[in-house]
Amino acid sequence: MLFFSFFQTLVERNAQVTVELKNDLCITGTLHSVDQYLNVKLNNVTVNDPEKYPHLMSVKNCFIRGSVVRYVHLPPSEVDTELLQDGCRKECKQGLSGQQK
Amino acid sequence: MTSILQPSIDQRIAVVTNDGRLFVGTLRGFDQTTNVILQDASERVYSQDQGVEEIQLGLYVVRGDNIAIIGEIDDVIDSEIDHTTIRAAPLKPVVH
Repeated sequence: MLFFSFFQTLVERNAQVTVELKNDLCITGTLHSVDQYLNVKLNNVTVNDPEKYPHLMSVKNCFIRGSVVRYVHLPPSEVDTELLQDGCRKECKQGLSGQQK
Repeated sequence: MTSILQPSIDQRIAVVTNDGRLFVGTLRGFDQTTNVILQDASERVYSQDQGVEEIQLGLYVVRGDNIAIIGEIDDVIDSEIDHTTIRAAPLKPVVH
C-alpha cells in the first residue's frame, strides 16, 4: 500500500512524471490517477523521441498498465525522502506484527 | 473504487500491445484485469518502407495481460495527420 499512497500524493500534486516502459518507450505527462495495480493515467502526454515513435501523436491522455512500467522518473522537489523512509519503516513494523498474530 | 478507464468508455482509443502492435477502436467495455472490448477495431501497421497500413478487424476483445498502453485519441489531431507519409519502425515488444 505504501507505493500506492505515495503515488496518490503525487496525483494530488499533479506531478509531472516520465514513465519508462519495458518496450523502451518514454512517456512524459501529468499524473492524473493511479490504482491498486499501479496502473497510471497521464494527461497531456508527449513521447520523448517523437521522430522515432510517431505512433502516439494523436494521443493526449493515456492509461499505462502497471505491469509494463520499468521506471517512473519523478521530480525531486515532489518527493520527501524522509517521509517515505518513515512510512516504509512503519509498514515494515505493521507487516511483522501482522505475521506474529 | 471505480476504474480509471471509466472516462474512456465509448471513446476512440489506441491500444498498444506487449508485442508492439497498435490497435485503434471504440472502447465498449473493460474489467479489472484490463481486458478490453473494441468496436470497429483496426490495426495500424507501421513500417520503415511505406506509410501506415490500416487493417479493418471488426469487434475485438484484447486480453489485459497483453496490453501495455491505452491512449485516448484526439480525433481532431488524428484527422490532421497524413498517415500515408509516416515512416516508422514498429514499436518494440515489451520485455519483462
